[in-house]
Amino acid sequence: MNRGILWRVILAGFAVFVGLIYLIPSLPIYNALPDWAKKILPDKKIHLGLDLRGGIHLVLDVDVKKAVETHLDRMIEELRHEMRKHKIRYLKMERVGLEGIDIKLMREKDADVLSSIIKRNYPELEITHKEKLISLRLKPEEKHRIMNMAVEQALETIRNRVDQFGVSEPDIRKQQNNTILVQLPGIKDPARAIKLIGKTALLEFKLVDEEHSVEEALKGKIPPGDEILYQIKKDPRTGREIKIPFLLKKRTLLTGEYITDARVQIDPRTNEPYVFITFDSRGARIFARITGENIKKRLAIILDNKVYSAPVIQDKITGGRAQITGAFTMQEAHDLAIVLRAGALPAPVKVIEERTVGPSLGRDSIEKGIKAALVGGAFVVVFMAIYYNVAGIIADFALLLNILFIMSGLAMFGATLTLPGIAGIILTIGMAVDANVLIFERIREELRTGKGPIAAIDTGYGRAFITILDANLTTLIAALILFQFGTGPIRGFAVTMSIGIVANMFTAIFVTRIIFDYLYAVKGLKKVLI
Amino acid sequence: MEIIKPGINIDFIGKRKIAYFISGSLILITLFLLAWKGPRYGVDFTGGVVIQVRFDKKKSIDEIREALKPIHLDDSIIQEFKGKEAEYLIRVRKTNIDLAKVHDQVKDALIARFKKGVEIRRVEMVGPKIGKELKQKALLAIFYSILFIAIYISGRFEMKWMMSIVMATALIISVYTAFSLGAKVTWLIFIAMIVTLGLCWFLKLRYALGAIIALIHDVTITVGAFLITQKEISLAIVAALLTIVGYSLNDTIIVFDRIRENLRKPKKQPFPILVNKSINETLSRTVLTSSTTLFVVLALFLLGGKVIHDFAFAMLVGITVGTYSSIFVASPILLIWEEEFGKR
Repeated sequence: MNRGILWRVILAGFAVFVGLIYLIPSLPIYNALPDWAKKILPDKKIHLGLDLRGGIHLVLDVDVKKAVETHLDRMIEELRHEMRKHKIRYLKMERVGLEGIDIKLMREKDADVLSSIIKRNYPELEITHKEKLISLRLKPEEKHRIMNMAVEQALETIRNRVDQFGVSEPDIRKQQNNTILVQLPGIKDPARAIKLIGKTALLEFKLVDEEHSVEEALKGKIPPGDEILYQIKKDPRTGREIKIPFLLKKRTLLTGEYITDARVQIDPRTNEPYVFITFDSRGARIFARITGENIKKRLAIILDNKVYSAPVIQDKITGGRAQITGAFTMQEAHDLAIVLRAGALPAPVKVIEERTVGPSLGRDSIEKGIKAALVGGAFVVVFMAIYYNVAGIIADFALLLNILFIMSGLAMFGATLTLPGIAGIILTIGMAVDANVLIFERIREELRTGKGPIAAIDTGYGRAFITILDANLTTLIAALILFQFGTGPIRGFAVTMSIGIVANMFTAIFVTRIIFDYLYAVKGLKKVLI
Repeated sequence: MEIIKPGINIDFIGKRKIAYFISGSLILITLFLLAWKGPRYGVDFTGGVVIQVRFDKKKSIDEIREALKPIHLDDSIIQEFKGKEAEYLIRVRKTNIDLAKVHDQVKDALIARFKKGVEIRRVEMVGPKIGKELKQKALLAIFYSILFIAIYISGRFEMKWMMSIVMATALIISVYTAFSLGAKVTWLIFIAMIVTLGLCWFLKLRYALGAIIALIHDVTITVGAFLITQKEISLAIVAALLTIVGYSLNDTIIVFDRIRENLRKPKKQPFPILVNKSINETLSRTVLTSSTTLFVVLALFLLGGKVIHDFAFAMLVGITVGTYSSIFVASPILLIWEEEFGKR
C-alpha cells in the first residue's frame, strides 16, 4: 500500500493539474495573463446559456410551400414571355397547387414547339400533353431541391441580417423539418431583433391603377389584373393606425433583389429620415424602362405587401437610384435599410418558438444560483466535518476537487452552463457525500467489530465500492436519457449531473483513499478519527 | 459524532400498516385529482405565451388586465410573484392568435398604459408545432427510462443477469409489436410498464418488483404534489421526475443489498425481523444522504430564484418520498411476497 501511494498521488495530482489547465480560460483572470500563457492554454471555455446570459432563442419555420408556389409563379411569367416570343397563343395557364402548371393552348400544333422549348429550358419538369392540354409537373427531387434551397437561402439572409446587428457569438443553424434555430446572446432589444429577423422584406414596385376608382374596387368590384394594398400611417396625436387603400396593378415590375445598397438619409426639408437605395446595372435598366414608359403615373413602393409610398414619376430615372419615404422613425429607417441590404427572404418565415431572457434576469439567475450553491455547499462541508471528524474534512476536500472537475469537464467539452446546470451541480454536491457516507459508515462498523484501522479502512472501501458504483449508475442512466431527449437548459442539467457523478466516483473513492492510506499506512496514525 | 446510534432498532416493519394507509391515501388523492382536474401543463406542452414582467412599482392585477384589454388579451392568467419586487407572470391562454406578435403587443400595451418602469424579464412562446414536439420528446424520455431501468433492475436486484436479458427481450418484442400496430408513445409507456410488472411477478423477481412499485409510488405522489399546489408541469419537471427515479433507486439498492447480505449470514432469523434489522443498519446512511441532499435542494428552493423554484420543489418532494418509500414501501413488499409465497 505504501508503494502504491506515490503513483496514486501523481495520478491524482495530474488530474487536478489538467483540470486547472482547462478551467483557467473560463476564469476572469485569464484576461490578465500574458500572451505566451494564453497560447499554451486550451482555447475551449465554458459557455453561459441564454438563461444566464440573457438573449434570444428563436425557432423559425420556413414556409417552403410558398417557396415552391413562388417558383412556379415565376416559371409561369417566364413561360408567358417565351410563348409570346414564339407566337404561341393560349387560353389558360395556371399553377396547380404545389405540383406544377396546366396550360390550355389554342392550337394543338403548338404543343410540340412548346414541349421542346420547355424540355430545353426546364429539364426539371415532366411534360404530359393531351390534345390542347399541356400539364407540367415538378419532379419530386426538384420540389425537394426548391424547398431545401429556400431554407438555405433563408439561413444566409438571416445570417446577413444578424451580422449587421452586431451580436457576438450568434448561433444560426438549420434544423430538421425546414426550421432554423437562431440564438443571439446578449441582445438588448429582443423585440426589435425578432422583428428584423422575421421580416420577409420583399420589396416590390407596382403601378397605381389610375383608370379605375378605389372606392368602386373597395365595394367588391376589383378590375381584372388589379389588387388592393394598404398604406399604414400612424396618427401622430392618437397613435392609432390609419389604413389608406391603393388600387394597384398586380404585376410586379421590379423587386428588391436588384438592390445593391440602402442607406438612411435625412430629408433636409422635412427633417424626416428616408432610405436611399441603389440598384445594380440590370435593375437600373429595368427601372429606367419603367420610369420612362410611365411618366406622370404613380409608382407604388411596396414592402411585404404594405404600401410605403406612391410617388408620381416625374422623369425617366437612369441613375439607378430611388428613395423610399414613409414617415418612419430613425430606427425603422435603419432597420429597413438593414433588411434591404441583406436581401429578402425567399419564403416567409414564422416564429414558432421564442425564448427570450432579459439580461437583468440572466444576471439575477446567476447570482441566485451561485448563492444557493454556496449556502448548500457550505452546509454540507461544515456538517461533514462535524459529523465525521477528520474523515469528514477529507471528504470535504474531495468535494472541492469534485466541483473543480465538474467545471473543468464543462470547459473541456465546451459545454454550456445553464440554470438547471447549476441546479445539477448543487444536486451533485448533495449526492456526492453519499459515496463517502457509505464508506465511512462501513468503516465505523468494521471498527466496532474490533478491527484495526488499516483493516477497517480496507474493508470499508472494498464493500462500499460496488454499492457506490451501482447507486450512481441509476442516476447516470437517468442523466443520459435526459441528455438525449432534453432541450438546451435540460441538457445543461444532464451534463453537469453526468460529469458530477463520474468525477465523484473518482474523488470519493480514489482520492480520499490516498489520504487515508497516507495517514494510516504511511504515517501510522493509530486512531481513526471518523 | 453519531446521530443514529448503532444498534438502533426502530420497528419500521411493525408500523407498515400505517405506512400503507398514508401512501394509499396520497396515491388515491393524486388519482382523484388527475381524473377530476388534470395536471396543469406549462407552455412547453400546451403552446402559448408566458411573459414575466417587472415594474418599478407594484401594480394591481386588475390594472394589468385593463392594460391588456385593447389587445384583447385581458383573459390571460396573471400571477404575482411573492417578494419585494413588482414582478408578474402573464400567461396568454388564446392559442388561435399570431403568437409571434404577442411579445411585441404586450410590451407596447403595457408601455402605453404604465408609460415607464416596464421591464420584460422573460418571454417564452411555444407554437403548437413545437409544443407537440416537446410533448413527444418528454414521453420518449419517460418511455426509454422505463425500458432501461426495468432491464437494469431485473438483473441487478436479483443478481441474475439472465433475468435482464429475459426482461429486455420481452420488452423489445412487446413494444415493437405495439409500435408496428400503430400505438402512440403514451400507450407504449403503459405497455412497457405492464410487461415489466407482469414479468417480475411471473419470474418471481420480488426485489425488482418491490423497487419498481416504490418508484411508481414516488413519481405518482410527486405528481400529486404538483396537482395539489396547481403548479405547472414543464419539461424541467419531467427532468426532475426522472432524476428522482434515479435517486430513489439508489436508496432502494442500498437497503436491498443489506437485506441480501444478512440473508447470507448463517444465523437464521425470521424474515420480517431480518428486514427490519437491515433497514436499521442502513438507516444511518439513508438519513444522512437524504438530509444532505435535502438541505442543498432546500437552499436551491429558497435562494435559487423563481425560475428554478418549481424544479426545486419537485426535487424536495421527490427526495423525501423516495427515502420514505425505500423503508416503508419497497421493503414491506418483500414481506408481503414472503407471506404470500413463502419462499426466500
